[in-house]
Amino acid sequence: MIERTPLLNLVTHLVLVSGLVLLLMPLWIVFVAASHDFHTVNQVPMPLWPGDHLAENLAVAWQKGNFDRVMVNSLIVALGVTVGKIVIAALSAFSIVYFNYRLRMLVFWVIFVTLMLPLEVRIVPTYAVAADALRPFQAMFDAVGLSVDLPEWNLLNTYSGLILPLIATATGTFLYRQFFLTVPDELTEAAKMDGAGPVRFFLEVLMPLSKTNMAALATIMFVWSWNQYLWPLLVVTDHQTFATATMQLQKITPGPAFGEPPIWNVAMAANLIVLTPPVLVTILLQRWFVRGLISTDK
Amino acid sequence: MAEIAIRSVKKTYGKVQVVHGVDLAVRAGEFVVILGPSGCGKSTLLRMIAGLEAISAGEIAIGGRVVNRLEPRERGCAMVFQNYALYPHMTVADNIGYALKVAGLGKAERRAKVEAVAASLGLEDFLDRKPGQLSGGQRQRVAMGRAMIREPKVFLYDEPLSNLDARLRVAMRVEIRKLHQRLGTTTLFVTHDQVEAMTLADRIVVMNAGKVEQVGTPKEVYGRPESTFVAGFIGTPGLNLLPGTLDPGAGVVHLEGGQRLAYDRQRWAGAGAGRVMAGFRAEAARMARPGQGLDAVFEFSEELGAARLVHGTTGGAMVVVSLSDGRDLSPGDRFGVDVPAGEVQLFDAGTGRRLSGERAPAAVPGAPVLEAV
Ligand SMILES: Nc1ncnc2c1ncn2[C@@H]1O[C@H](COP(=O)(O)OP(=O)(O)OP(=O)(O)O)[C@@H](O)[C@H]1O
Ligand SMILES: [Mg+2]
Repeated sequence: MIERTPLLNLVTHLVLVSGLVLLLMPLWIVFVAASHDFHTVNQVPMPLWPGDHLAENLAVAWQKGNFDRVMVNSLIVALGVTVGKIVIAALSAFSIVYFNYRLRMLVFWVIFVTLMLPLEVRIVPTYAVAADALRPFQAMFDAVGLSVDLPEWNLLNTYSGLILPLIATATGTFLYRQFFLTVPDELTEAAKMDGAGPVRFFLEVLMPLSKTNMAALATIMFVWSWNQYLWPLLVVTDHQTFATATMQLQKITPGPAFGEPPIWNVAMAANLIVLTPPVLVTILLQRWFVRGLISTDK
Repeated sequence: MAEIAIRSVKKTYGKVQVVHGVDLAVRAGEFVVILGPSGCGKSTLLRMIAGLEAISAGEIAIGGRVVNRLEPRERGCAMVFQNYALYPHMTVADNIGYALKVAGLGKAERRAKVEAVAASLGLEDFLDRKPGQLSGGQRQRVAMGRAMIREPKVFLYDEPLSNLDARLRVAMRVEIRKLHQRLGTTTLFVTHDQVEAMTLADRIVVMNAGKVEQVGTPKEVYGRPESTFVAGFIGTPGLNLLPGTLDPGAGVVHLEGGQRLAYDRQRWAGAGAGRVMAGFRAEAARMARPGQGLDAVFEFSEELGAARLVHGTTGGAMVVVSLSDGRDLSPGDRFGVDVPAGEVQLFDAGTGRRLSGERAPAAVPGAPVLEAV
């Protein structure tokens, strides 16, 4: 339905603009707070226009949060999780859509059901596995009476420990499955006639065709894993080496636990630092992102 | 170039049987068109030959080698699909050369072959485009190039022209025929368009409901249909079929409604009395004054330019007569249909098969010379 009356135009624009303001207001306040010195930011009411201490506050926050190290950590984790998720999602969807085995639908539903079991729900068992990755196998051997002694494999305080438990993804599998279902059968058959086996078909036909999907998934997953807080907090005890950016925010944000007065200007500057990478990724992949989610380009 | 032998091939999906025991021998280098209405199992048969569909029963041999258990790529067939099935992310050159790439051919050699094939199809200027930037006809040509480049033993086409507009379809038909003359590759071509079948085929296989109704040259299936199905399906319009009772003593068919249609008693000497369908071509009958020949009631006419098709009813069935003069009739008018006795063909009313006991049809004008199949 497309209406073209000036009054309706005005109303719709008002709705749009107020929505925008509502969304952007908190961000604006973060930005304004990050640009004032300690005294101004603690005035009541707080000024609504930016001051001229932004660079200074950013420098302090960067140094205080050990961001040299921590940003790299976060980047490694977020990229690792994103790539891992895409690979797993594409492969599992490929198996479910293109291969005909007996437990196919069961496998699909099992993956689907894990949507209801996010990390937060299964955090204790996941932690137990991370503490000794081979323990489930040890338990299996014990159960069937095999006396094999597996070595202990501790994932705490490692990148693998930060990345692997976050990789399993029902959303990604589902997204890929929907995409694969839209690929015409005749394309698969043409590839068969051309002599391409499943691996070739996957790598040379399906993967290039799913570029937009991949971008959409990558955007969502990068932002999601960059923002992970609970899991890193659990597996990382060596904060000097393995802390992630989001963990540092907690340390800069003032509170009685740190025995400091609230230094809001530096805290907000740290916030600005931490939110930059996901924003950049979103902006860069945005064009693909939208196409991947509505995905009808041939 | 290879011959194809199809022996009692069946296809079942679960409990539903869609191909009921097809036997067919395609000679090396032959152009065979599989023709039939939608859903009769043409594509299924073709896909079983290609290896895209498992063969439920029976045997298919290509070049003397049974291929039932071979992968598509090992069968030496190339296929052209109805909606082209080009790889949308690859350029025309990559599309055409993909099979060679899979086969592990070097880049330079591949490029040379792709260019040769593209030149033969008039695609030189499009090699770097993506399929999305081509017209339907160009895409069709790319699909053909992709099939040609492998120098297959057998070409399989599944309704490759049905997405094209009428003029392009005629042009591509000529190209496909020329390609076949040049390469001499055994070709199976599926279509539901009988004009396409008539113009392309060395032999036509008419299928209906999962069975082969008739195999023969275009002339044979047109001039001497083996069943009422083939008779009605081939030709525009199909054979006129009137139900009646055969009276060999009098040499007439008593039509429903009491009219009599004379047939050639010498030709059908072996036919016994019984319920039959009497058939004749619209082109062979002449429209006459009311009272002459069969009595018919006019319904409507179709203008074809060179001629007009007059549709009417007689003896409880539709008849179509083609007419070249400009007589005007209005619905309900009566007219006569004059059918020469030599043009009448007889079919069993129960089974729909052509009546046996027919003599060599040398007397029929324009009848084909029968060749042992
Ligand atoms: N995967 C399937 N499962 C069950 N039935 C099928 C399947 N594929 C095809 N059929 C049935 O088999 C019959 C023959 O199909 P086929 O595709 O061979 O027809 P066709 O002659 O090629 O028709 P068209 O001219 O419309 O392409 C149809 O009745 C169809 O419903
Ligand atoms: Mg078909």
